[in-house]
Amino acid sequence: MLTFVGLGLYDVNDLTLRGKKVIEDADTIFAEFYTSHLIGMEPQELEKTLGKKIIVLSREEVEQGDIILESAEKGNAVLLVAGDPMIATTHIALRIMAEERGIATRIVHNASIVTAAPGLLGLQQYKFGRTVSLPFPQENYFPTSPYDAIQENFSRGLHTLILLDLNPKPMGAKQAMEILLRMEEKKKGGIFKENTLLGVVARAGAPDCLVRAGYLKDLLHEDFGPPLHTLILPGKLHFAEAEALVKLAGAPREILG
Amino acid sequence: MGRKEDNIRKALAIMRNVELIRNIGTVAHIDHGKTTLSDNLIAGAGMMSEELAGKQLVLDFDEQEQARGITINTAAASMVHEYEGKEYLINLLDTPGHVDFGGDVTRAMRAVDGVILVVCAVEGVMPQTETVLRQALKERVKPVLFINKVDRLINELQLDSTQMQERFAKIITEVNKLIRRYAEKEFKDKWMVRVEDGSVAFGSAYHNWAISVPYMKKTGITFKDIYQHLKEGKQKELAKKAPLHRIVLDMVIQHLPNPAEAQKYRIPKIWRGDLQSPLGEAMINCDPKGPVGMMVTKIVMDPHAGEVSVGRLFSGTLRKGQELYIAGLGNRKYRIQQLSMMVGPDRIPVDELTAGNIPAIIGLRDAIAGSTVSSIPDVEPFEPMRHYSEPVVTVAIEAKHTKDLPRLIDVLRTISKADPSLKVEINQETGEHLLSGMGELHLEVTIYRITHEYKVEVITSPPIVVYRETVDHKGGPFEGKSPNRHNKFYIEVEPLEESVVQAIVEGEIPEMDRIKNRKDLTKQLTDLGMDREEAKRVEAIRGPNILLDMTWGVQYLNETMELVKQAFFEAMEKGPLANEKVYGLKVKLVDAKLHEDSIHRGPAQVIPAVRNAIYGAMCQGNRVLLEPIQKIYINVPMELVGAVTREIQQRRGVIVDMEQEEYQTIIHAKAPVAEMFGFASAIRSATGGRVLWSTENAGYERVPRDLQPQIVRQIRERKGLKPEPYDEKYYAEM
Ligand SMILES: Nc1nc2c(ncn2[C@@H]2O[C@H](COP(=O)(O)OP(=O)(O)OP(=O)(O)O)[C@@H](O)[C@H]2O)c(=O)[nH]1
Ligand SMILES: [Mg+2]
Repeated sequence: MLTFVGLGLYDVNDLTLRGKKVIEDADTIFAEFYTSHLIGMEPQELEKTLGKKIIVLSREEVEQGDIILESAEKGNAVLLVAGDPMIATTHIALRIMAEERGIATRIVHNASIVTAAPGLLGLQQYKFGRTVSLPFPQENYFPTSPYDAIQENFSRGLHTLILLDLNPKPMGAKQAMEILLRMEEKKKGGIFKENTLLGVVARAGAPDCLVRAGYLKDLLHEDFGPPLHTLILPGKLHFAEAEALVKLAGAPREILG
Repeated sequence: MGRKEDNIRKALAIMRNVELIRNIGTVAHIDHGKTTLSDNLIAGAGMMSEELAGKQLVLDFDEQEQARGITINTAAASMVHEYEGKEYLINLLDTPGHVDFGGDVTRAMRAVDGVILVVCAVEGVMPQTETVLRQALKERVKPVLFINKVDRLINELQLDSTQMQERFAKIITEVNKLIRRYAEKEFKDKWMVRVEDGSVAFGSAYHNWAISVPYMKKTGITFKDIYQHLKEGKQKELAKKAPLHRIVLDMVIQHLPNPAEAQKYRIPKIWRGDLQSPLGEAMINCDPKGPVGMMVTKIVMDPHAGEVSVGRLFSGTLRKGQELYIAGLGNRKYRIQQLSMMVGPDRIPVDELTAGNIPAIIGLRDAIAGSTVSSIPDVEPFEPMRHYSEPVVTVAIEAKHTKDLPRLIDVLRTISKADPSLKVEINQETGEHLLSGMGELHLEVTIYRITHEYKVEVITSPPIVVYRETVDHKGGPFEGKSPNRHNKFYIEVEPLEESVVQAIVEGEIPEMDRIKNRKDLTKQLTDLGMDREEAKRVEAIRGPNILLDMTWGVQYLNETMELVKQAFFEAMEKGPLANEKVYGLKVKLVDAKLHEDSIHRGPAQVIPAVRNAIYGAMCQGNRVLLEPIQKIYINVPMELVGAVTREIQQRRGVIVDMEQEEYQTIIHAKAPVAEMFGFASAIRSATGGRVLWSTENAGYERVPRDLQPQIVRQIRERKGLKPEPYDEKYYAEM
């Protein structure tokens, strides 16, 4: 049996009672923290609080799958994932591999940044378009398809949730804005300009969670504190949304129109 | 004032007047007499003592050069020569003839504008003659011809005057045939050598005389007189009437271009930058007032001064203390600590050197042979100097005493910097160093240097050849999955058209990471017989291998293509069979399925997926190991032909052709380099030393089928890999 357990956003207190039960019954507990990680708790602390040994796997080990699947064949294996487990698309591959080997699987859900960020900013879930991830530019790799997806959402009046790369270290909102501006320079679609309205969510789920909305030129100079950060490019705003951005995220009043 | 000081003063004065400079080289088949000629030219021009010249080969000053009687390093010297009342400065590079040191010739051709092609009258035009002439022409370097060792025609071959002239005619015809074949269109006729206009001279470098038609006319000396002098053993007299340096240097000044003339047509060929830019204009005009434009063609390791960068200054003026940039190294500045030029055989410090000269600079720490140096940061670099042949032999090398290991690493670094034809790699498993070179002799000389000059005792393995990998038929489409299983690439491979392989090896089609001029490339490839639809879809060329994108409308592929290329480059650098380079492969991307979100298809995902797909497709196409082949030319008395033939056949060699000449038989053979180790001493003892022979690297051929598995295992073990290569199934499941 292989159970994917979502850890939620901040620390062990976000674990559901069901998740806790599954962990108690497990023979082997794995965790991966490369798709996301808990803001408020290191793996060792988690291990101590839960009172069970946790094997933290690298990306290669999870992708390869053998280690997890072998344990799941023999007994109850658990894979701990920050947030909600299946939000990280790569885990579906593991689940299918397990099913192919005749291993039963199940999911214990939890909160995810995908719902938390819009919620914190007061934006309405049904008005979002495709979510995009923003990778760090690498040698020979500066994809601009995130820009295309954002542009497509924007042209249809939809909001875009922009998730930031975590590897090799979590990307900050400022750096993300700079990368988006570089894409703007290449693609010239007129999406990211000085007075583009953007939302920033830092440390969603944490006690010191920070929520901001404002113009790109201003946000570029703000300090949002430690990771994790998320960006949202609002599309067409419903008046209730605009009001939320002003009241909850300090957006300039003029957006109320 | 002493003679030396006088020479220095003269050289410095002429150096500023570009019309009075000639930058030239000697090129020839091995042993045809380049160094003897160069030495005697310098001596004749009064730049060194005449007693030394020719007999001791001052330009072959290296201990091993002296011991082996061959040139290993290109040596530089300059001389002042008076022609029609004006004094000229001639900067001469004497290049090596042995194929193992051919890379040095290639690089020297960038620094010069003209060459004296030396051809031995007895041996005639040889394979290496063709190779070096072709290298010169490729760089738009103009040739004149010197037919050497004429004394031997009379004294050894006992030819009469008519036969002697027939020989000359034959050599000239052959040389002109080569010029017509290899020169670019606009130079084909212009650069033909002609007896009548004095672009051909005959003589004996060793006995210090030469003759040309214009000189005959001027002095009334005839071929008959020459013949008579030789017959009667009066070469000393001849050397007084027709001194070598006079005839040859007159020919050089009259027929080879000065730097300003030459740079007009050479710069567009060797530099792809904007010719209308300040640097472009300055280089075209050899302008001493423009920005500095220099190419480093050789790094010399000076025992006292350390690394010296020698090269050709195409524009600007160099001054001691000046700060320069090296293209590709950003804004880092390098200060000229010492500046010098050759005067005679000596390097003389100077304060200033102007465009058109060949400076030696201390202070360009990070320069390598091929670096572009300028007073402007990050200028367009010069075209790389590509040598037609790559290292074919490797030895494993270890320090005898473990404590010397750090020093050995240091020495290997230094040596491979000075000699770009060497390659040093590390066996990841054993930590052992692998030293690869152009041939057995090249490595022998290098190892001697390590032990004797750098004084590090080493243990070396027996030499092993460098192999190549390819396939013998079509393989694929093969599916390669990314580690996260969200991306799939489908690759087909097949042998690349032979004509295209050839064109890439010979540099007619340059290697490219991105396609700049697709229209021209498509035409070039279709002309060579490639399918038009394929020719249009080239993404990259690396080694003689081509990557094609045959997909239609795959979303996101454009932003992934650079990674596909990177995987292609990596796979071509290390083949699946034995991690040797891939040779002659066409790689086609036929389909791809990519993850929606760019974060899931970065380098860590795409590169392994594509590499595995290429490897898997190669498994299906039947992986083949190729080995380097050598052509061998052997000159022996008739009665020894049997002994030579036996020696060749024992080495998996075949006799290709046999030519009967007056007193000798010329055998053309070919054999795998792997079997040629120790040939030098074997052939010497088989013939009692009565043999002249030379070799030439001649590409790759398939290893006999029954030998392949065993050789593959050996290479893999040497590299610290698991003995058996992976199979198709392995790449499918990765
Ligand atoms: N008889 C005769 N021998 C010559 C003449 N020129 C050179 N040699 C001899 O030919 C041999 C080779 O001469 P080098 O000057 O070393 O030839 P090279 O072309 O520089 O040789 P590499 O640099 O090794 O290719 C020497 O033994 C010379 O003495 C000549 O004009 N007549
Ligand atoms: Mg020589």
